[in-house]
Amino acid sequence: MLLWRRLAALRGQQAPRRLRAGGPKPGPEPGQGRTSDGGGAPRPLYMDVQATTPLDPRVLDSMLPYLTAYYGNPHSRTHAYGWESEAAMENARRQVADLIGADSREIIFTSGATESNNMAIKELEAAFQPDTSLVTVMTVNNEIGVKQPIHDIGEICRAHKVFFHTDAAQAIGKIPVDVNNMKIDLMSISGHKIYGPKGVGALYVRRRPRVRLEPLQSGGGQERGLRSGTVPTPLAVGLGAACEVAQQEMEYDHNRISKLAERLITKIMSEVPDVVMNGDQEHRYPGCINLSFAYVEGESLLMALKDVALSSGSACTSASLEPSYVLRAIGTDEDLAHSSIRFGIGRFTTEEEVDYTVQKCIQHVKRLREMSPLWEMVQDGIDLKSIKWTQH
Amino acid sequence: MAASSRAQVLRLYRALLRESQRFSGYNYRTYAIRRIRDAFRENKNIADSEKIEELLNKAKANLEIIQRQMVFQV
Repeated sequence: MLLWRRLAALRGQQAPRRLRAGGPKPGPEPGQGRTSDGGGAPRPLYMDVQATTPLDPRVLDSMLPYLTAYYGNPHSRTHAYGWESEAAMENARRQVADLIGADSREIIFTSGATESNNMAIKELEAAFQPDTSLVTVMTVNNEIGVKQPIHDIGEICRAHKVFFHTDAAQAIGKIPVDVNNMKIDLMSISGHKIYGPKGVGALYVRRRPRVRLEPLQSGGGQERGLRSGTVPTPLAVGLGAACEVAQQEMEYDHNRISKLAERLITKIMSEVPDVVMNGDQEHRYPGCINLSFAYVEGESLLMALKDVALSSGSACTSASLEPSYVLRAIGTDEDLAHSSIRFGIGRFTTEEEVDYTVQKCIQHVKRLREMSPLWEMVQDGIDLKSIKWTQH
Repeated sequence: MAASSRAQVLRLYRALLRESQRFSGYNYRTYAIRRIRDAFRENKNIADSEKIEELLNKAKANLEIIQRQMVFQV
């Protein structure tokens, strides 16, 4: 099986493995292999980083020892297997803490940001006093990329003695986040949004002033009794490495991603009229671009762009046919909400991929509009809002 | 920069680029090549020999990371 795949890959490749002049070829990579779902088509370009990110090679490298030789349970106190695993876990904890300006003792490993969110909200609820309450806000929105004024919200919460939780899954490692600067009491972190492994996340729980939580998951008392269950060392190590790499690469990635985002938006908007960018233009993370193409149905455009992996909203709700609640909340027109596409630009996105995506997008928007009776009416100068749609 | 460490830097640079070409994944391959070029370019005027040694060690470590992953490239 492995030999077959090697041969198939070699057949598909453009040139033998030496330095190629002219750089990488744009479009779906022949040498990438075929899709594994039986379709056999070449794999599409990946432009959906808000849904998930690939493992950074540096992260994978950090995990390998703990997936092979160093397999001890980090909670085993009596032998080297346990001690080395625990050391790795605590190092990872420190790496996560460093990224957000926290202390290691304030980081609890979980199975992901969703579990962290539930812990933060439910556990706090269980510990409620009559006068306590909680504010919870996303740092960076996963559908439109808008940044919330976390610093200001934190100040207000602190002044009113209200707990402040933020889901920072799309933010950490991409924009600077400091829990003390922003007066954050609880924060959810996701591994697979920052080029780390899936199945792991963390919850930051402030120690000073102390945030008291009631544990949700009971058992062996791991993670200070707040989250029982063996901490999966390879995953924790991966999360820690992802945080450290992100801290080192934040500036470089942000500069590059900003330029690529600018390129994508400018090129599309200069070629195609009636395109709306959803969300605040100024306070945003550049790598998440949500555009609505008037008179074009979003799903049709997504299907037309079959060799680019994109989404029209959050992956969590992609099975439902309803338009995005986020777009509805920011007051987007119903029909524009159905026409939205989310472009994700990340650490590994190339200029060629952006150009290819832009080219295909422009091509298909134009083609779909040609087929649209609404577009035809607009071209004839008819104001769609003035039409009285009769019933048959 | 002393002649020997200049040669050393160039050797490492070429080795890093050569290994990176062997990533079978388009995104990993292009990232590695781009990042290596940009990092060496960014640091080309560093004069402090201690800093140079630190950067060279980092480069060596990264080379080993890439080499370890060549085992499971398709």
